[in-house]
Amino acid sequence: MLPVACEDPAGYADRSRRFADVPAGDGSRHAITVHRPASLSGIVGTEQTPQGQPVEVSCATCHEVLRPPPELPTSARTLGGPHSGLRFEHGSNECRSCHDPERYDRLRLASGESVPMTDALRLCAQCHGTQHRDWLHGAHGGMNGHWDLTRGPRLRNHCVDCHDPHAPAFPRFRPMPPPPDAPRRRADHG
Amino acid sequence: MDEKPTRRVALKVLGATLGAAAFERALSPLRELSEITSVGDFMQKHYRELSRDEMNAVLRRLEDETQQRYGREVTIRDVRPTEGVQFAYALNLSVCIGCRRCVDACHVENNHDRPTHQSYIRVLEMTSGSMDMEQGNTGYDHTVPAEGKFYMPVQCQQCENPPCTKVCPVEATWQEPDGIVVVDYNWCIGCRYCEAACPYHARRFNWHKPEIPAAEINPDQSYLSNRIRPQGVVEKCTFCLHRTREGRLPACLEACPTGARVFGNVLDPNSDIRWVLENKRVFVLKEELGTRPRFFYFFDV
Repeated sequence: MLPVACEDPAGYADRSRRFADVPAGDGSRHAITVHRPASLSGIVGTEQTPQGQPVEVSCATCHEVLRPPPELPTSARTLGGPHSGLRFEHGSNECRSCHDPERYDRLRLASGESVPMTDALRLCAQCHGTQHRDWLHGAHGGMNGHWDLTRGPRLRNHCVDCHDPHAPAFPRFRPMPPPPDAPRRRADHG
Repeated sequence: MDEKPTRRVALKVLGATLGAAAFERALSPLRELSEITSVGDFMQKHYRELSRDEMNAVLRRLEDETQQRYGREVTIRDVRPTEGVQFAYALNLSVCIGCRRCVDACHVENNHDRPTHQSYIRVLEMTSGSMDMEQGNTGYDHTVPAEGKFYMPVQCQQCENPPCTKVCPVEATWQEPDGIVVVDYNWCIGCRYCEAACPYHARRFNWHKPEIPAAEINPDQSYLSNRIRPQGVVEKCTFCLHRTREGRLPACLEACPTGARVFGNVLDPNSDIRWVLENKRVFVLKEELGTRPRFFYFFDV
């Protein structure tokens, strides 16, 4: 097959209009920031403030003062207090598979290393390596901002932004409405 | 004028009157045209023949016209490509759940006609195991993702060998140096040949003057992309060039809740898009047609 070139650049009467005048950058790049979900530093209660906002309680509010009981429960069913009624659908994991049994406001990696809640990404990556690999390359998880980091920053979603760590399957929901001209069973023409 | 009122005179007068009426009637389309087309519009040169000053004059005129017709102050820019950038897009079909958020984001970003809920993206609901996009269903309206289905959003594939630009009789559509296929909406004559030539159903025709409430208009506009299109012209996805040519991500990507979409400069060896093209088993739609899309699909394996 013949190579097909882009349109002849001479097609522009004013050659200076062919490309944008982009000032040469100094090589610096903007940051990629990972969003920090609120659920990693506290829980959102069902109660509301007088302003109608849901009450957020940081983990430390209870777990800094209360000495933890000697053992974590093995099942979500036995949880009480603010954690009662927790839906748990994450394989055969137990609480201590992820939570640090010594310090409830922290997580524990398989290596035994205790990490803060906000490092949950490292914990998830232990089992979900392929997803983590894809995430590192921008091929898993939503983002906002710039593809070109020389021009602006990028904000990446955290695992927990989209997946509830206790029931991580992405929820099913109603889609946005279909196009009004869509026939029910056929790809259509505009 | 000393002719007597004869039958001959009467016929002459009648004939002249009918002739004048017919002439007037024949010209009426031009009169109606002048209501929707200004003299500036009519005399405007092709996009690629405009000098910078002429381009700026056109942009200011279009901004004024938008203000008059839609009651909204907007900024219309001429955003040009960056040298050394070639765009490519990839979409992970294992992750897409068919929620149509990208469809809606496109609708809002690109100032589409509100009553028809127009968008440059259609999501095909496909039966698992099938790859025939002609059998895809765009009209699904149930909880997603449905059992036994996968979802394939289709928009302009920004082909490297685009059939649509070749059929245009007036060169109103062409491929830019960064790979984006654009339309000069002021040069398009609305013949819809390009729409027929596109194997991906990616082009849309403005049957009516687009209707958008002033408050809903996206005021950040560009000449070749999301400015409000006139009636009777063809429009298409431009990879949101008013955003992407300035380094930002396209609106459909930012709206995606699952991160199924990957976008970037394929000439940058360290870009996310390059990693996907090099490490995932990507494919293109209707490869056998030789259109060489810049839009890739892949499944996680």
